[in-house]
Amino acid sequence: MGGARTDRAPVTSPARARAVAQTLAAWGLAGPAVFFLLVLFLLPVAGVFVIAFSDWQFGARSFSFVGFANFREVFLDPAFRASLLNSVVYVLIVVPGAGILGLVIAVLIESGKSCRAFYRAVHFLPFMATLAAMAIAWEALLHPAIGFVNQALAVTGLPTANWLRDENTALPVLAAIGIWQNLGYAMVLFLAGLKSIPQDLYDAADVDGADFWFDRLRTVTLPMLGPVSMFVVIVVAVRAFEPFDIVKVLTQGGPGHASEMLLYTLYRESFEYLRTGYGAALAVVFLGIVVTLTLVQARIMGKRVHYQ
Amino acid sequence: MASVAIEDIRKNYGPTSVLRGVSLLIADGEFLTLLGPSGCGKSTLLRILAGLEVQDAGSVLIDRRAVDGLRPKQRDVAMVFQSYALYPHMTVASNMALPLRMRGLSAFQRLPLVGRLLPGTARISAAIDVEVMRTATSLGIGHLLARKPGQLSGGQRQRVAVGRAMVRHPAVFLMDEPLSNLDAELRVQMRAEIKDLHRRLGGTFVYVTHDQAEAMTLSDRVALMVDGELLQVAAPQDIYADPDDRRVAEFIGSPRINMLDGMVRERGVIDVAGSTLAMELDVIAGAHLTVGIRSEAFHFVDHGGPDVLTGSVRMIEHMGSDLLVHLDLAGVDHPVIARLLAERAPYIAIGETLHVGVRPDRVLVFSRDGRRLRRDAGHGRASIAPIREIAR
Repeated sequence: MGGARTDRAPVTSPARARAVAQTLAAWGLAGPAVFFLLVLFLLPVAGVFVIAFSDWQFGARSFSFVGFANFREVFLDPAFRASLLNSVVYVLIVVPGAGILGLVIAVLIESGKSCRAFYRAVHFLPFMATLAAMAIAWEALLHPAIGFVNQALAVTGLPTANWLRDENTALPVLAAIGIWQNLGYAMVLFLAGLKSIPQDLYDAADVDGADFWFDRLRTVTLPMLGPVSMFVVIVVAVRAFEPFDIVKVLTQGGPGHASEMLLYTLYRESFEYLRTGYGAALAVVFLGIVVTLTLVQARIMGKRVHYQ
Repeated sequence: MASVAIEDIRKNYGPTSVLRGVSLLIADGEFLTLLGPSGCGKSTLLRILAGLEVQDAGSVLIDRRAVDGLRPKQRDVAMVFQSYALYPHMTVASNMALPLRMRGLSAFQRLPLVGRLLPGTARISAAIDVEVMRTATSLGIGHLLARKPGQLSGGQRQRVAVGRAMVRHPAVFLMDEPLSNLDAELRVQMRAEIKDLHRRLGGTFVYVTHDQAEAMTLSDRVALMVDGELLQVAAPQDIYADPDDRRVAEFIGSPRINMLDGMVRERGVIDVAGSTLAMELDVIAGAHLTVGIRSEAFHFVDHGGPDVLTGSVRMIEHMGSDLLVHLDLAGVDHPVIARLLAERAPYIAIGETLHVGVRPDRVLVFSRDGRRLRRDAGHGRASIAPIREIAR
């Protein structure tokens, strides 16, 4: 060590200069991204947290901290609880609906040979389309008097309904639209999953005698889609917690609170009633739910069998 | 156990002809290897045997029964895949039991939970478990039954794949490059195990490989395929020493056989690389030929003459017991490789002129179109070997 100390200056100073240069280069390259991440993402999130603990109202010149009062109010508010329950019901309908239908359609597309691109595109379109515009189209379809749905039902002698104004049907109808929208996303993920199943496994199943479609599905397809299915469930669940545009356009949360969901409540409290502190507390709760789901997903995807 | 007959199988993928009329008879209990470079159609032929692909023309008979329209499971064949194709979500035991469950149990009996309550399920399942255990034990993987394929080494997975094929005692075993994913040492070990397995089971094995060492060590007969054609079917020693076609001679043997241009000077004498070889062939004087000499057909001599080639040493590879000497010969654009016994070769320096004698009985002569011209065996006629030997 004693010898090293004497040559330390000539040896380490170019090394140190290089380290400094590297650090500068690293910050130079990462800088713009870090800046925008801070300004557009981290600071607003921090701002929401600060506001959630205050009584600030949108436009007000002063505010004071009120501790957990907003959160207490959120959890005691029957409107919030109805909204949370609606969101959960919506997720519980949309996730299995979009998942199972997406899987069925993906398997059908993959097993057929003709018009694959067409079927893929047709089912993926709703996911790509602007939902606010699509919601208007749905509104026309679901119009109680002149809508296609009721007219078709009437012609076939089935009972009709005022789909968006009936508290028993409003939420299920929104969920059906949610399925329609997310189905294509699930389908694309399942198609990718199906493509990655080695053909050898199907060949082995054929030789082993599992060549009936149901046996192939049970022996190879479904188990091999396990990791993808988990991913689909989580991703669609996160998406299903976030419907806003269809609620805003079609029902405005009504009738009563029958179709009100978290994001719409958040919007209404913050921007219609201008209860910004309360809205921020809601946003924090919402963020908690989404982050939890994402963490669950990361954990499951990390641990989950990556076959072979 | 069964014989397999392949009759004039043809297969095209679009404009590409993959199999151009392949015929082959595999005897009951035989170990036959389909050997050839990648893309020669050997795997396609195996998949047609298995029923995983459908031929465009021709017929496959297993145990003298045409199986052309039959699905893989109806053909009584089992296959070991290059990737092993084990079901990754199932334990080793379930992997091995699957072929038996698919055959032994009805669709209802195979249902989860409910299936177990149906009459007969328990009895059949128990019999399957016993069979799986017996097979696994015989392969030395009895202790791995509860594991999943992801937890196994390459060699263990390979054994499971073999076990899954063995467990239902198929008439024919089909193996598609089963050892190519293993490291060199394990490959040699598994090679011995597969040979031993064939001896124990006595089944008909059809084995696909591009590795000539595997083909030579394992097979009763080797079928050499190039470009969708079967060039020769013969025992390993014959396909090496007595090839019918230039491409066979070039594919088999390491280092690659030396091919030299030759010309018949007069009956019994061929000019090769500035020297002469004595060969009794019934070919007219002036005819151009290709002379194939395997590296070990050379031996060290101390002066030039007939049946001796002379060249300068370009490179020497020491192999321990022998040396591979690369020689530049006058008028030959590629070096000739001679395998010389290390102890009998004197100290050789690079650039030195070296004489190597050739054993005339080891020289293989081919016509310019690649057919083998066999030594005139005293019948007064050159025998031109058939391009394809079809064992019928």
